[in-house]
Amino acid sequence: MERILEVNDLHVSFHTYAGEVKAVRGVNFYVNKGEAVAIVGESGCGKSVTAQSLMKLIPMPPGEIKQGEILFQGENIVNKTNKEMEAIRGKDIGMIFQDPMTSLNPTMTVGNQIVEGLVKHQKMSRSAAHSRAIELLEMVGIPQPDKRVDQYPHQFSGGMRQRAMIAIALACSPKLLIADEPTTALDVTIQAQILELMKELQKKMDTSIILITHDLGVVAEVCDRVIVMYAGKVIETGTVDDIFYNPQHPYTKGLLRSVPRLDLNKDEPLTPIFGTPPDLLRPPVGCGFTARCESAMRVCQEIDPELTEVSKTQQTACWLQHPLAKSRIGS
Amino acid sequence: MANQEPLLQVRNLKKFFKVGDNTLKAVNDITFDIKRGETLGIVGESGCGKSTAGRTILRLYEPTGGEVIFDGQNITKLNPQEMKAMRRNMQMIFQDPYASLNPRMTVGDIIGEALDIHGLATGKKRKERIQELLSLVSLNPEHMNRFPHEFSGGQRQRIGIARALAVEPKFIVCDEPISALDVSVQAQVVNLLEQLQEKMGLTYMFIAHDLSMVKYISDRVGVMYLGKMVELAESNKLYEKPLHPYTQALLSAIPIPDPEVERKRERIVLEGDVPSPMNPPSGCHFRTRCPKAMPECAEREPVWKEVEPGHFTACHLYS
Repeated sequence: MERILEVNDLHVSFHTYAGEVKAVRGVNFYVNKGEAVAIVGESGCGKSVTAQSLMKLIPMPPGEIKQGEILFQGENIVNKTNKEMEAIRGKDIGMIFQDPMTSLNPTMTVGNQIVEGLVKHQKMSRSAAHSRAIELLEMVGIPQPDKRVDQYPHQFSGGMRQRAMIAIALACSPKLLIADEPTTALDVTIQAQILELMKELQKKMDTSIILITHDLGVVAEVCDRVIVMYAGKVIETGTVDDIFYNPQHPYTKGLLRSVPRLDLNKDEPLTPIFGTPPDLLRPPVGCGFTARCESAMRVCQEIDPELTEVSKTQQTACWLQHPLAKSRIGS
Repeated sequence: MANQEPLLQVRNLKKFFKVGDNTLKAVNDITFDIKRGETLGIVGESGCGKSTAGRTILRLYEPTGGEVIFDGQNITKLNPQEMKAMRRNMQMIFQDPYASLNPRMTVGDIIGEALDIHGLATGKKRKERIQELLSLVSLNPEHMNRFPHEFSGGQRQRIGIARALAVEPKFIVCDEPISALDVSVQAQVVNLLEQLQEKMGLTYMFIAHDLSMVKYISDRVGVMYLGKMVELAESNKLYEKPLHPYTQALLSAIPIPDPEVERKRERIVLEGDVPSPMNPPSGCHFRTRCPKAMPECAEREPVWKEVEPGHFTACHLYS
């Protein structure tokens, strides 16, 4: 399978008055063509920073990509200038943000915001781009697209704004679509519409998707593979089936146990994960999850475990996966 | 228990807001009971009136019409003095743990304020009571002199709970108490609420848009749409056999964290957006998005009735 994106040993930090916040601390993952990959984790785990780094949207300063490479179609984009990035943003990589009200330009019509990319990247004439914008709005299911195209974002409802943003992101048929919590601000019935739309468009256009979310239900519905992040690192990765049916890392297990399921009766109590994530101003030396982990051992505090293979498709970073630990714990 | 009367009876409650020349019917004629010691969940999408309902029941908003009978007493008729005394019995936990705590007050004073207002404890006793409340919600009592910004989101929500519990209420409206929290922390707060309910015999009205969590915590669940209650039933029953087409669509829209289930699932995807509550459709408010709408749905408003014992709905399919 063709790899569209490969991230190797990515480190991203923010320089603040309080000191250096190590938001992303050595992240590795890849995305294949046509695949939908989820990045899950709690707020502050580095999932959004990772996504924004892929587009080099991190404000620098205070942000800094300290180390690592981001290979998009085989080319390292970490050292690209802003000008070179502009040729990629919106054309080869599209992005959908969480809050459509603050990420659309309130002073431009929705149509013009779609036209902008088409004129810039596809060298279309303005009038051709305008008709294409209407087609795109229709494709994402906006009623009366010929009228809506000349309206401003405030005249759209929340769900419609998110659809408009998808239209903008898809305008130049990008090879990779990054969706950062695309449905978090929406109601469930609207969320169902947007997810349905994303799945449909992915099939039709063979786009790869990186979906950033904290909602495990959304992951199960849309994605093929899952990357679980905690405290700026990838702690487990695998297919959706690996992660949901055979999670290995105590954090992944904890995450799955702490959400109730609509389709089950309420006999099983929720098991919360105690405590809170570590402060990345002073990241822990060993495994970031040690302080909240029930199975923590002494080694966990001192040495950070590396990602090790559980199976061909699944990797996890946990000392319990060490051959010696396994024999000690038994099954 | 001898007293089988419901703790709270809501009768034809209405809350309208004037917006320019228009009237926004945020809560439009809802009727239900909350039994002693139970948790009643209220779900619905943004703008359906669930938060307004919660606030109107506590008279944080003056009701436009209808009655709220708490423990046999009609509280919509109480004068401000009587209402203040009544508030000891009914408290609220808010959605946003960042906005609902005064950043310039210490945690001790935030909780102590409730004690002061009702004259429950002073001096050394006040301090002891604050510390006792902090331990009750699993916070360190020694942190009573800290400020809200020194706590995480989950801890702040615990402070909000301690504040509500300070006056020993019988009834608490929890308005989206976990929506702003991370998944792993949500379960902590929900478990705490359940433990406190058991320990202190509390009654909850739990407002949320997360249907999985509402199902988990509630004994009964009510579904609201555009200011109306459309269905109310025992929690398991509502999820197993939803009657109203809106409830059916709402349940079907929730993604389930199980890839196998998701692959096999057929979804009812509703078309369009929720209409503006300023100008809701005639007849049944849901008819514009309802896959089962009939001509009569536009003509007459469906009546709220008990279709099966304990299972209420307002839909022409069942009349």
